[in-house]
Amino acid sequence: MATDTLNPASAEPTEPATSSRRRKPTGRTGYTREPAGVRWTLRVIAVAYVVMLVAWPTVLVFQRALEPGLGAAIDSLREPEVVHALYLTLYVTFFAVLINTVFGLTMSILLVRYDFPGKRILSTLLDIPLSISPVVVGLALVLVYNGRDGWFGQSLEKAGFQVIFASPGMIMATVFVALPLVIREVVPVLEEIGDDQEQAAQSLGANWGQTFRRITLPGIKWAVLYGVVLSLARSIGEFGAVKIVSGNIAGQTMTASQQVEDAYQNFQQGTAYAVAALLALIAMACLVVVSLLRPKDEEQ
Amino acid sequence: MSIKVSGVTKKFGDFVALDDISVDLPKGQLTALLGPSGGGKSTLLRIIAGLEDADSGTVTIEGNEATHLPPQKRNVGFVFQHYAAFKHMSVAKNVAFGLEIRKRPKAETEKRVAELLELVHLSQFSHRLPAQLSGGQRQRMALARALAVEPTVLLLDEPFGALDAKVRKELRDWLRRLHDEVHVTTVFVTHDQEEALEVADEIVVINDGRIEQVGTPDQLYDEPASEFVMSFLGPVTKLNGRLVRPHDIDVHTTPEDSLGKAGKIVRLLRVGFEVRLTVELEEADHPDVEVTVTRATQRHLNLEEGLRIWVSPTNGARTQSPIRAVN
Repeated sequence: MATDTLNPASAEPTEPATSSRRRKPTGRTGYTREPAGVRWTLRVIAVAYVVMLVAWPTVLVFQRALEPGLGAAIDSLREPEVVHALYLTLYVTFFAVLINTVFGLTMSILLVRYDFPGKRILSTLLDIPLSISPVVVGLALVLVYNGRDGWFGQSLEKAGFQVIFASPGMIMATVFVALPLVIREVVPVLEEIGDDQEQAAQSLGANWGQTFRRITLPGIKWAVLYGVVLSLARSIGEFGAVKIVSGNIAGQTMTASQQVEDAYQNFQQGTAYAVAALLALIAMACLVVVSLLRPKDEEQ
Repeated sequence: MSIKVSGVTKKFGDFVALDDISVDLPKGQLTALLGPSGGGKSTLLRIIAGLEDADSGTVTIEGNEATHLPPQKRNVGFVFQHYAAFKHMSVAKNVAFGLEIRKRPKAETEKRVAELLELVHLSQFSHRLPAQLSGGQRQRMALARALAVEPTVLLLDEPFGALDAKVRKELRDWLRRLHDEVHVTTVFVTHDQEEALEVADEIVVINDGRIEQVGTPDQLYDEPASEFVMSFLGPVTKLNGRLVRPHDIDVHTTPEDSLGKAGKIVRLLRVGFEVRLTVELEEADHPDVEVTVTRATQRHLNLEEGLRIWVSPTNGARTQSPIRAVN
């Protein structure tokens, strides 16, 4: 019997048929043994929850956006203010994601591969953006960087660099709220792959840069991509923090999310829903792209 | 001397991993660093490779001062217990890594990789990914990868520790034969005394951050310098206040001479061709003696539990006074 438990596959053919039939149910997961009623109730609850909270409201946004017809929806996206808002969103998102990716990678490697005093405090600080309300982030940035009485803003403004009510402030606010997303994706993967491969590369003559490019980066690329997509989605959708630091001037410092609110409050519902649907579409496209790419990697 | 370690000390917090270690490892030989887990042998190997920094002391490799050289400048090949295979690269790419870093011409790299894969019997697997190989195959790939850069020394950290017993034995023989072919100075860490005795030209026994003894397998087995070395290299038992190996004890069913001690077999365990006896001596306060005899002897003497026998150290058997061990 000892060999049976060690190697059931090879023992199976010699086993009497009854015993292998008896064994099968134990191999299944616990869920299949639940009574059918419980199983169906759990499924209905899960599906209803997601439909009521996520799927149905999102579908409604698309429905409203397309109500006047696809042509009209596209037309409302061509209004100069909307085009500017979309362009600004793209601009802010691009730099915020770029900064967060570079910073997030550096931070992750620092946190996982090196020991230094204050490491745990730093790790906790990195989670603050997740727990603080974005509005508070916006206000805090205004306090530090505004040109009139800001702690640092006055000297910056004298040097001709405006942060608040301009794109640098909007990028900073977006970077702040999306800060931990890359880090929280990359850190667990870095921990899991360990540093054996990196040490092996070094002993084979690779310097730091070569080790990073050829060994570390390929090992964490999916985590980085996930982090980037999450940051992208978070950055495109950021509203509170950006609204405070931007000053909310239509056609100048208004991003797409702000444009949705602005249009909605000005009874331009068509525009509001069209922009909202576009934002939702971009976010969904990101997730679809990643889920299409990812399984290929796992097959290897 | 190929590798010269002098006065190396390494602490991890309060824990002293290596305490003023000095050892010379000869060129072209296969040396084993043997000792119990946590004894410091892996730390010493990692310091030689540059993967760990010593707190004090120096390391010289082939006459070159290497103490402060980063690992990539030491020209050592390192093989890890858990293979450290580059997961996203094919077997051939893994082996080629060091050569590509050194920017060798493509044709030369390809030729060398093919040779090495031949050497480690992995030619037909060159396009596979490491995940598609068995543990033993992965470790052979790791070895080929380390050898590709023609290292001055080859360092192996518990290379067979993660493999099952049968594969471990095969790879052990194979490493010995490979070394006879390639002749690179090789140091490997192991906690398995059988592995060290079987494979190594020279063994360095390390315990508690200190070197217990350096010598050939025969020297260590026949002339252990301490109780620790004697008991680490094989089973020991105590007879007449001295340590002796259980197979170095003679068993008689009659009192042959005055040296024999009378006792009773209280336990008999047969393991393959070996029979292990636990003998309770009649002498008061003497601990039980463990004796190993062959199956043939057991049958010949009709040994069984409860039988009264006489035991004495075999003539010329190596014994060790425990007092010498306290140093």
